Amino acid sequence: MKDFPYTEKKDTRSGFGAGLHELGQTNPNVVALCADLIGSLKMDAFVKDFPERFFQVGIAEANMMGLAAGLTIGGKIPFTGTFANFSTGRVYDQIRQSIAYSGKNVKICASHAGVTLGEDGATHQILEDIGLMKMLPHMTVINPCDYNQTKAATIAIADYEGPVYLRFGRPVVPVFTPADQKFEIGKAVMLNEGTDVSIFATGHLVWKAILAGKLLAEKGINAEIINIHTIKPLDAEAVLTSARKTRCVVTAEEHQMNGGLGDSIAQLLAREEPLPLEMVAVNDSFGESGTPEQLMEKYGLNEQAIVAAVEKVMARRK
Amino acid sequence: MSASSSPAAEATATRSVAELKQIAAQVRRDIVRMVHAVNSGHPGGSLGCTDLLVALYFKVMKHHPEPFDMNGVGQDLFFLSNGHISPVFYSVLARSGYFPVSELSTFRKLNSRLQGHPATHEHLPGVRVASGSLGQGLSVATGAAQAKKLNGDDRTVFVLMGDGELQEGQVWEAAMYAPHHKVDNLIAVVDRNGQQIDGPTDKIGGLGDLRAKFEAFNWEVLEANGNDLEQLLPALEDAQARLGKGKPVMILMDTQMGYGVDFMMGSHKWHGVAPNDEQLEKALQQLSVEKASDY
Repeated sequence: MKDFPYTEKKDTRSGFGAGLHELGQTNPNVVALCADLIGSLKMDAFVKDFPERFFQVGIAEANMMGLAAGLTIGGKIPFTGTFANFSTGRVYDQIRQSIAYSGKNVKICASHAGVTLGEDGATHQILEDIGLMKMLPHMTVINPCDYNQTKAATIAIADYEGPVYLRFGRPVVPVFTPADQKFEIGKAVMLNEGTDVSIFATGHLVWKAILAGKLLAEKGINAEIINIHTIKPLDAEAVLTSARKTRCVVTAEEHQMNGGLGDSIAQLLAREEPLPLEMVAVNDSFGESGTPEQLMEKYGLNEQAIVAAVEKVMARRK
Repeated sequence: MSASSSPAAEATATRSVAELKQIAAQVRRDIVRMVHAVNSGHPGGSLGCTDLLVALYFKVMKHHPEPFDMNGVGQDLFFLSNGHISPVFYSVLARSGYFPVSELSTFRKLNSRLQGHPATHEHLPGVRVASGSLGQGLSVATGAAQAKKLNGDDRTVFVLMGDGELQEGQVWEAAMYAPHHKVDNLIAVVDRNGQQIDGPTDKIGGLGDLRAKFEAFNWEVLEANGNDLEQLLPALEDAQARLGKGKPVMILMDTQMGYGVDFMMGSHKWHGVAPNDEQLEKALQQLSVEKASDY
C-alpha cells in the first residue's frame, strides 16, 4: 500500500474559493453569484477583488439559476455558490430547463454536501444531489476529494463549455493530492494499484478508502484504490480495466446508494462485466444532527465500513 | 422568404403602422394554421400577443437575424417566458428572417426545430433559452441584461410573461432583485389577458393590483393596450425613454386572448385548443391581408 503523506488538513470548499479567486485573475469572463452564503462558500476573496463581477442574489436560489443562465448570453461564465441542497433539489426545474436543456455554460458549485455538514441536520444534508444532477442529459458531475483537487477542478471547469455540477464540503480533510496535479474532467485517478479488490471512491470517501487500504494491507489484502472525481461522464475504461483485474468491486461515497457513484458503476458492470459489487453509501435514509465523524460512523461511511464491504465482496467473488 | 428580403433587414424605423398591421394579420394567419395542422398548441395567448411581438421585431428592436448570434452583443434581446405561446414567437422569428417561413409547417412535429415550447436544443435561430415551465424568463432576462452591462453594451433586453405566470414564486424573486441591482436596461411586459387554464385569473390566483405591487418593488410601471398598435408603439417608446434611470421598466399590457378571431376572443377556452377545419376557415376569413403569403 502506497503512502499518502500530508502536512495539513483543509476543507474542500476553501479549494473552491481559492480556485475561483484565481479564475478572477486569469479569466475576465468568469462571474460569480451567491445566495447569501459568501463566507460558507469561501467566496470572500473573489467578492473583494472582483466586486463588479460578483452578484449577491440573496436567499433566492431559483432566481440565481435563471440569472446565471442569462449571464451566459453575452459570453459570461457564471459560477453559482450555495449549499448543495439549495443548489440542486430546491432549483431542479430551473436547472433542468434554463441551464441543462438550454445547454448553458453555468457552473453550479455546491458546498456542505452530505452528512459531514454536521449539526445542522438532515434539512441541509443532501444525499441525493449527485443522482439528481447526473440524471440531467449532458450535465457533468464532479466531486473532488481534497483542497488541491477541488481548486484544480474549479479552474478546469471554466475551460469546459457546458453545464457542470461541482460538489464539495465543509469538514477539513487531509490535503494529499499534489498541488500541481492537472485536473482532467472524466479521468479517474489511480491512487494505489492492487490485485484483490477494486475500491472506487469519490469526494470525502477517497481519504477513507486510503485509510481502509492500510487496514486491508495489514490483513494481507492488496486493494486497488481509484479516485472517481468525475461521476459523469464516468471513466468506464478505468473502471472496467480495474474490475476485470480484481474481479470484485466496492464503491464508496457520501451519498444515497440510489443515484450515486455506486449506482453508476453497478449499471456499467451489469452491462459490460457482471461482477460482485458492494456499496458503501447511505441506504435510503435521511441524515441527522451530530458531528461529522459521528455521522460518518453511524451511517457507515468510514474506513471500517469500507473494510467490511471489501471482505464481503471478496467472499462473493467466484 | 430569404433573409436578404426579410422585413427586419429593411429599415425598421420608417415602417408604418399600416404595414405593421398587415404583418400582424399574416402572423395571426400563421398561428391558427400552425395549431390547426397538428391539432395542438396555444392559439389564444399567441393571438393576443401578436401585436407586441410584431412591434418589437419589426419596429422597435435592433436585431440581426442572420447569422444568428446567441450572445447578441450590440443587439436588443427578447425572451419569451410564457413559452406556450410559441406559435406567435416562431411566426415572428421566421418572418423577420431568423429561419425559413416554410419551416413553420414543422411546428410540433417529430424531428422539428420548432418544439411545442421554445428550445435551444435543436438550435433554432432566434431562441436563446428554453421556456415553457413558467416563471423563469424574468430571471434569465435579468441575467442577460446584467451581462450587457458588463460588456458595455447599451442595448435593451425585453421579456414577456403571462399574467397567470405571476403566480410562480420565482417571478417575485426576480422582481425583487432587478430594481435592487438597478437593472435599468430591462423592459418586462406582462400580458394581462386575465385568463388562465382553469378560468379567469382573478378567480384562480388573485393577482390584485399589479401596478401597486410592482411599484412597491421599485419598478417603473406603465400600462398599455396591447392590441392597438396606435397605442402600443408610443407605450414602447415611453418604456424605452424610462430606461437608464436606475430602475427596470414594467409594462402591464392589456390584451384579449384570441384577439383577431372573434370566436376565440376573451375566453380561457382557447388557451390550448386548436381550431377544427371549419373554425380555421372562419378564422382565416377574419384575418385577411392584402397579399397573403401563407407558408
